Amino acid sequence: MQALDTAPNPLLSVKSLRKVVPGGRVLFSGLNLTVNPGEFVAIMGESGSGKSTLLNLIAGLDVADAGSITITGVALDTLDDDARTLLRRSAIGFVFQAFHILPHLTLAQNVALPLVLQHESAAEASSRANQMLAAIGLPGRGADFPRQLSGGELQRVAIARALLHRPGLILADEPTGNLDPDTAARILDLFAKQVREAGAAVLLVTHSTVAAAVADRTLLLTPHGLITRHER
Amino acid sequence: MSPIAARWMIAGEWGAHPARVIVAALAIAVGVALGFAVHLINASALSEFARAIKTVNGDAELQVHAVTPLGFDEALYPKLARLAGIAGASPVVEINVVADTPDHPSVTLLGLDVLRAVSVTPSLIGERLASSAPAAKTQTGEANPAPSTSDEAFDTRSLFLSQAALDASGKRVGDDIALSADGRTLPFTIAGTLPGVPDNQNVAVMDIAAAQWRFGSLGRLQRIDLKLADGADEARLRKAVAAILPANAEIADKETETRRTDSLSRAYRVNLDMLALMALLTGAFLAFSAQALSVARRRSQFALLRVLGVQRRAILIQVLAEGAIVGGIGAIVGLGLGLGLADVALRLLGGDLGGGYFYGTRPQLIFAPEAALGFFVLGVLAALLGSVLPARDAARAQPAIALKDAGDAADANAVPGALIALALLLAGAVASRLPAVAGLPLFGYLSIALLLAGGVAAMPMLARILLAPLQRFTFAVPAHLASKHLWGAPSQAAIALCGIVASTSLTIAMAVMVSSFRGSVDDWLVQVLPADLYLRVEGNDNSAFAPEIQRKMAAAPGVAAIHFRKITPLRLSPDQTPIAWIAQHIDRADPARSLPMLGPSLPVPHGATPVWLSEPAFWLYGYSRGDWIDLPAMNASAGANGNPANRVFVAGIWRDYGRQQGAIAMDDADYTRMTGDTLRSDASIELAPGTHESEVTAALRAALPPSLSGRVTFVESHSLRTLSLQIFDRSFAVTYVLEAIAMLVGLAGVAATFSAQTLARTKEFGMLRHIGVLRRQIVAMLAAEGALLGTVGVIAGIALGIAISQVLIDVINPQSFHWSMETRLPLTLFAVVAVALILAAAGTALLAGRRALSADTVRAVREDW
Repeated sequence: MQALDTAPNPLLSVKSLRKVVPGGRVLFSGLNLTVNPGEFVAIMGESGSGKSTLLNLIAGLDVADAGSITITGVALDTLDDDARTLLRRSAIGFVFQAFHILPHLTLAQNVALPLVLQHESAAEASSRANQMLAAIGLPGRGADFPRQLSGGELQRVAIARALLHRPGLILADEPTGNLDPDTAARILDLFAKQVREAGAAVLLVTHSTVAAAVADRTLLLTPHGLITRHER
Repeated sequence: MSPIAARWMIAGEWGAHPARVIVAALAIAVGVALGFAVHLINASALSEFARAIKTVNGDAELQVHAVTPLGFDEALYPKLARLAGIAGASPVVEINVVADTPDHPSVTLLGLDVLRAVSVTPSLIGERLASSAPAAKTQTGEANPAPSTSDEAFDTRSLFLSQAALDASGKRVGDDIALSADGRTLPFTIAGTLPGVPDNQNVAVMDIAAAQWRFGSLGRLQRIDLKLADGADEARLRKAVAAILPANAEIADKETETRRTDSLSRAYRVNLDMLALMALLTGAFLAFSAQALSVARRRSQFALLRVLGVQRRAILIQVLAEGAIVGGIGAIVGLGLGLGLADVALRLLGGDLGGGYFYGTRPQLIFAPEAALGFFVLGVLAALLGSVLPARDAARAQPAIALKDAGDAADANAVPGALIALALLLAGAVASRLPAVAGLPLFGYLSIALLLAGGVAAMPMLARILLAPLQRFTFAVPAHLASKHLWGAPSQAAIALCGIVASTSLTIAMAVMVSSFRGSVDDWLVQVLPADLYLRVEGNDNSAFAPEIQRKMAAAPGVAAIHFRKITPLRLSPDQTPIAWIAQHIDRADPARSLPMLGPSLPVPHGATPVWLSEPAFWLYGYSRGDWIDLPAMNASAGANGNPANRVFVAGIWRDYGRQQGAIAMDDADYTRMTGDTLRSDASIELAPGTHESEVTAALRAALPPSLSGRVTFVESHSLRTLSLQIFDRSFAVTYVLEAIAMLVGLAGVAATFSAQTLARTKEFGMLRHIGVLRRQIVAMLAAEGALLGTVGVIAGIALGIAISQVLIDVINPQSFHWSMETRLPLTLFAVVAVALILAAAGTALLAGRRALSADTVRAVREDW
């Protein structure tokens, strides 16, 4: 069953999306997806099925061969690279499998980066970053550097960074892929709690059924589009 | 990107890798320091020289100069004095004399008409001191001056000396002093000083009539100083003066001499500046290495920033800003270093720097704020230039791909492009064919820069080609891995190599040029020094040997043959320094026996007076074989065969490394016939068989008058050759220093690059350790990589260096200094540079590898699990 539009003003709307990779293989075609504000959607699929590519297309980091993507009512294909970048800066948060915490910045600076990019003052950004670090279980660690943290702690920092500027949409690419099961479970709980408190929608790409279980909806990515596997 | 984020990113990167930033900044600093120091030294020397010229010329607004020291007819003086618009005219006799004191200092003797000079050139008027003895000083220690009396001013034995001349001769006011010039030595009494002449100028002033009479130049003047009437139209007046000037006189103004010296030394100064800027260019390549590595290492960081909403141009600006800040810091440090270097050089070497243009000057360091600003901008631009490509790569990277691929993104199967390299090399070749601009080989320097850039751009392709044969063989694990790594990532190899290729090629190019020049000068010395013994007179006395003395010397025992020579300055163009007019014995039938000819000498038309031009004169004045020249020193009355008496025929061109301003040689019989001048300046002597040079030297001294005997120097041919080569080596000492610095900067770049690359490969080493590669095998692998890279760099550097040397030899030298040379390759130096570089590259790679392996390499792979 294809995942179809269900609301009049969705946060994210993807229609008839088609992506062909170099070499001519069609990753997917005719893909439709709608994500409403505050909704938590998980996308599963085999390795190489195009889950990460779909996230990149939605983030405006890659360009589709056909179809359209609309975020907060703005069609990405009407925007140039700069405009897509500015939209990403304000409306989207990211959590990655490999954390991607900048090693030469303190934890507070890492978390505050999205706010600083939006020209928030350093003091305000730092203050909010430290509050966020406390909220995710790293109180008083703002001045530490990333090399002093474990993998689970690094992912907490990444979650804090994704949420600090209150984006409407969080894109998470295998956020627990590098963590042991216990840590992964704790991080998922924390992640779900934080995004729900923030009222953000989440598009989570994962192999893990455990991770997918926290979502409101779970979709399976196939070459012919998304199929609903689970809906709460 | 917001300023705060940019500051965090830059501070974070630099805080983590300060050594790399310091090396890049130092590379820029060295280039800026050398360029600024050379500029300050040259500017200070030129300023000092201009001051000296102004002193001798007094305050005259306009001057008429003789084109040779033989002077012009004094009948010109009343004609000029009567011209409308001339408020005053002061005739001057100017003679270079030598004081007959132990040090034989040279002094410029000016014969003035005091009554005229007082209104035209008041700074040259002498001042009588009440007494010369210490007791004559006042209680405050000041001398007690009084104006010169007319008796002293017109006394034929009285003269006034500048303080410098007094100090140099060890004399005081009231003492007697003997001065020698034009083959005669004359006694004088020092009547006073010249307070208007600065401390460091050797000047003497006496009455003009006395000077003409006593030095045998009655009716001749070397100069007329002119003072213009208020409101006179100078341009119109110049035309009026020019209309009545004879061929052997010309108009000059306050700036003329300075301009001429400036034009003569300009090419040398610009060359030194360019050499220093080449060091800056090497710095730019090192900045490129540092930035390229830094960007490669931060690919995923930049990708993250892009994902978080940083625009492409913000990434571009950040990397460029990093380069500009490094350049700015380097430039500021370089300006300080340059100032110190210039100060030390001026104290130790004077303003000459070995070039011979400002010999003996001790200028004061003059700070030049405009030049400082210029070199600051150049330093920043060099670092920016080195950052452009890395910045573009950082901005263009696809964030989604870069985030996933945090490691080595090199594609081992990708064929390195060669189009840009070929285009740059071709443009360099084309630029080398273009002519000089305003007497400077600007396209030659552009050609070198393009060849350098093309050579560096060709490095990935070259590394692939040079390393390809190794792929067919199987080596021990370390060498095998090293060979595969370099072959598979030629762009990384090129980044590591670009600094060393730039510095090696420039060093090799300079070494080939200097070796070729030295070899050609040595050959030339053998040709121009055929006699056994050479005789020179100390000081600037070019008329020491009168005919009677010449006859006595020729008759001295042990002298098989003696050839006298006269060298006198001759001005062929108002804008050029006088060329050397050489009168010597020349065999018309075979001039190559007397001069090192370049090409054949033409048969001389019947009745013509042949001359042979030196190569610089040929370049500077554009005359060719077969041309006719009207020499300005003589009147153009009819001569033999209907030709004007001053018309000469250019029969051939000869090589001359001794006189950059050019020379014109003629047989001395022709010279005497044309000028009537029988005085000669130096001599070459062939010894009779079986005689010893000391006997001949003693006999010749005995033949000389006592005043001359103490001032002559005898030099054997081989000593003169050795001395000349020593002077040559001293002249190039500065370039050797610049070469050594360029090499050191290049090696520092190799060390920094290896260090960065090995640290960036920590994960790779960890993986190798996991699969059982021994730590020592990894170290050996890095040493092998270093040695291989060094070898590729040396091959490329030497090949590129030889190409650049041809631009130096065939373009820069002929266009700057107007001389040619034959290429000679210093193979021993090539071998030394090659071995040193390969060992240094292997050594630095080894050190960097040991440091990288000392970290927890095994843990480094954990994040890949």
